Amino acid sequence: MASFARFIRHTVGALAFLLVIFMVGPCSAQQINPTASSVREQQLLQEFDRIQGRVSIPDQRSSVLVQPAGREWREFRNVTLRGIGGIAILGMLAVLIIFYLSRGMVRLESGRSGRTIVRFNSFERFVHWMTATCFVVLAISGLNITFGRSLLLPLIGHETFSEWSQWAKYAHNYLSFPFTIGVVLIFLMWIAGNIPNKVDVNWFKRGGGIVGHDHPPAYRFNAGQKAIYWIVVIGGGLVAATGYELMFPFYLSGIEGMQLAQIVHATVAMLFMAAMLAHIYIGTIGMEGAFEAMGSGTVDVNWAREHHSLWLEEQNARTGANDARPQPAATAAE
Amino acid sequence: MARMKFLCDADRCIECNACVTACKNEHEVPWGINRRRVVTINDGKPGERSVSMACMHCTDAPCSAVCPVNCIYTTADGVVLHSKDLCIGCGYCFYACPFGAPQYPKVGNFGSRGKMDKCTFCAGGPEADGSKEEYEKYGANRLAEGKLPLCAEMCSTKSLLAGDGEIIAQIYKERVMKRGYGSGAWGWKTAYRETIES
Repeated sequence: MASFARFIRHTVGALAFLLVIFMVGPCSAQQINPTASSVREQQLLQEFDRIQGRVSIPDQRSSVLVQPAGREWREFRNVTLRGIGGIAILGMLAVLIIFYLSRGMVRLESGRSGRTIVRFNSFERFVHWMTATCFVVLAISGLNITFGRSLLLPLIGHETFSEWSQWAKYAHNYLSFPFTIGVVLIFLMWIAGNIPNKVDVNWFKRGGGIVGHDHPPAYRFNAGQKAIYWIVVIGGGLVAATGYELMFPFYLSGIEGMQLAQIVHATVAMLFMAAMLAHIYIGTIGMEGAFEAMGSGTVDVNWAREHHSLWLEEQNARTGANDARPQPAATAAE
Repeated sequence: MARMKFLCDADRCIECNACVTACKNEHEVPWGINRRRVVTINDGKPGERSVSMACMHCTDAPCSAVCPVNCIYTTADGVVLHSKDLCIGCGYCFYACPFGAPQYPKVGNFGSRGKMDKCTFCAGGPEADGSKEEYEKYGANRLAEGKLPLCAEMCSTKSLLAGDGEIIAQIYKERVMKRGYGSGAWGWKTAYRETIES
């Protein structure tokens, strides 16, 4: 009996072994496909939108093999940005020209009193003009990067255009430092007068005196100036931060971060330029008596009364001057 | 005219870096710049593949499209070259390139990227073919001498192919047919908007 049981066991074992051989046989006879588990480009791109591996050279940043995201960035740089810039800057210019032709310069309604009051001290004016000069150079050299190739290059030729662009790039890089210092100083020295309050709501409701002939009261900075202040502080902060990221490649981020930084930098800069056009307009030909605030630093008392009545009261209360009394126009000829 | 392309057969690349060395030596590429590199994906894992990558000389090259001074151009052979005299070192080509090809020598502190440098398909630059100026700026011009890029010529396993796109695609197809597998022409879809069916 025992031997029969052993026979059965051996038979079953042999059959099982044959079965295993039979099952494995066809597989091992087939050619091995070494790419069955290999990485595939399409799959990797779909999963990670870029392909990264390992390199044995010291430059570890070169380990990114394929990164098609540059295509979207190219579309932004060559199409979207030119659209944004063109509409913002030309649109603002058109609005200002139409406004100037229809409204003209905002005149001093009570004429000049002949007496002046200090509006910006020499340090404030220095900071303003340092920032402003840098801004103009940065804006022109920046616009050159976006529009120069299609607008300026055909006019002046490759060599001249490259020479100019090279210097423009140096100017853009180096003037960013005084510009940034200027933005920081502007933020610190004028923050006190630029916190939005109830007076601003009223100022906006009454059209700021620009649209009509109204003179809504304002402290040292009216709501429009406060808007400019915050555009400079926030916009300037953004362009500075993103600009430095581009100036120091790979310190903060990889290529995708730099693409994003360029998008933010260029978009904010275009809108910033449009806003500054309006600021320049109102500070020069847009309003009588406004430029001297940043020019000589003093404004006519009547100008202060019309545009910054609450500020004038504050100043007079502080100095105890008798300027508070209404002043008739000093020159009868007006 | 031929349309020059690179093709790296990842199933043959053994990551010996001979292409990298050949390129650096042939063109006397300065320190810190690698016109070509070998990237290993899934290193040490099943399915690991190495790909030798440089400028792919793209069709409708993005670097050329975004260059603010228009210093990058495509030759009649489909090779993407640039002029170091016109380059202002702004870095835009580098943001746009899908293959990380443009390189900048670090010539100073902030903001002073030198002139862009990249693979020329061993075709030099805008200067006179084989001139001293051309060699100093861009390296050897093998194409003008009737030779193909040295990286591919030196490749020990003939993984890296360089030459007329149609011919190298045909070689690759035949390989795939014969051995029965192929992990595809890496980068072709991104660079040339086409791929080789395998």
